[in-house]
Amino acid sequence: MRIVVDLNRCVGYAQCVPLAPDVLRLQGEEALAYDPNPDDSERQRVVRAAASCPVQAIIVELDPPADRTTK
Amino acid sequence: MTTASLVSDLVTSFKATARIVIVGASLAGLRAAEALRDEGFTGSLTLIGDEVHEPYDRPPLSKQVLKGWVPAENTKLPRMRAIDADWRLGVAATGLDRANREVLLANGEKVPYDRLLIATGVRSRQWFNPDEAKLGGLFTLRTCDDAAKLQEALQARPSRALIVGAGFIGSEMASVCRDLGLEVTVAERSTAPLVGALGGVIGDIAAKMQRDAGVDLRTNVSVEALEGDAGGHVRRARLSDGTTLDVDVVVASLGSIRNIEWLDGAQLAAGFWGVACDAGCRAFDINGVVTDTIFVAGDIARAPHVLYEYQFLSIEHVDAAVLGAQTAAHNMVNLETNRRPHLPLPQFWSAQFGVNIKGVGVCSFADEIVFTQGSPEDLRFVAAYGRKGRIVAAVSFNHGKWLDYYAAMIERSAPFPPPPPGYDLPTNAEPMPARFRDLREPTGLPDVVLTGHDPTSRGAEFRPKRPKSEGANS
Repeated sequence: MRIVVDLNRCVGYAQCVPLAPDVLRLQGEEALAYDPNPDDSERQRVVRAAASCPVQAIIVELDPPADRTTK
Repeated sequence: MTTASLVSDLVTSFKATARIVIVGASLAGLRAAEALRDEGFTGSLTLIGDEVHEPYDRPPLSKQVLKGWVPAENTKLPRMRAIDADWRLGVAATGLDRANREVLLANGEKVPYDRLLIATGVRSRQWFNPDEAKLGGLFTLRTCDDAAKLQEALQARPSRALIVGAGFIGSEMASVCRDLGLEVTVAERSTAPLVGALGGVIGDIAAKMQRDAGVDLRTNVSVEALEGDAGGHVRRARLSDGTTLDVDVVVASLGSIRNIEWLDGAQLAAGFWGVACDAGCRAFDINGVVTDTIFVAGDIARAPHVLYEYQFLSIEHVDAAVLGAQTAAHNMVNLETNRRPHLPLPQFWSAQFGVNIKGVGVCSFADEIVFTQGSPEDLRFVAAYGRKGRIVAAVSFNHGKWLDYYAAMIERSAPFPPPPPGYDLPTNAEPMPARFRDLREPTGLPDVVLTGHDPTSRGAEFRPKRPKSEGANS
């Protein structure tokens, strides 16, 4: 699956980190780093993490659009 | 039939039958394509990109990718919707024929358009000495291929890496080197890191941050030469202060060059500064007259900004690319009375040395800076930037939750220094010079002239003075 985090919006509340720790990590106190193309097995965790974000900064592509042929 | 209904029919038929070509298949190009479909455009859509990769997310390249956490190819951008586009990846646009409304491709094809979006972005400035540029172990970082190669070189644990240029990307790379436990030298020709973007006061804080993290930071120096071994791999760097360094990896982080060469001869207001456009993303021609069919978005766009004395600004930030692409897409398929302006308040971030640096506004527009909250010593603060008594920008170190407060003041053109928030006050809350380089210094590239005497023949003309090599020096 694919995600992107809007790091202009993200201010490091870090609610998402414990919900998907292999995909979203905190570097220092406030800087979020993420895996843009996590394994599909992370789907449930990533969706929960995205829903938990107080500023809704995590953009998730749940299903690839019909015209996308690449993984 | 009324004029209004005729015009409305025109828009409807344009959206159904027109041909739109987007040159540049990265963030701005992709988001523009999606926005066009959202606008109800069902005509033919072509996306042209010189890289073979589908659009990917660049900010992670200098951070989690370089660190080895995320593979470079795992940065593909999420798609917001189907775009049903004809993708031409791995083939560069080489020319623009405005008279026949065609984009020329490197493979000889011609792609006709009714509306064109220029989103070709920037590339990294290459090492200035072409012979030295061939050395193994010398890298730049802009694309995911660049990141993959550099990550591999860092994983091989070089005895020392040298990063030339301490802007945001150079500083982020130095931070990754230290995270990996690698010895790293940063050579910066100005007084401190990040001075160009954030000024000397913040630069001094960034310098201390780097040194505390174990970076061998050398300022006020340039790298004059690189020397290789018999196998053609870089082994030594000579600095302008006379010292030499033994290095196995060198990263040239010398800023970016705009991809405008394919527009040569197209008579647009395109140059080393980018492609000038109005706030509605419509490109200007060489005479400064706005075009009707050509739009610009992303890093290559340069538009007047109401908050900054209507100066033409290139805003090379992620959100400006996305919002600009959406505005350009909207304006491409709408008529004058329905056009929207692209007036983003610039926003940016950088993660380095465990600190989240965030900013709003245009810091380099300022002449003064004041710490408003927190403690610079603890690397946890906000500073506001002012020009002529009004606030124009703010930057935070691990204090990002406060930036919206400043963004609102910048948008309202509030007085500088801004009112203190009431607590968490810094010890020194006096405004001081922000210490930016004087932007009035001539650039040395006056390559446009006015010609013609009759009013009908009068116009601008490019007289390009191509520099011998693209980067004059580090």
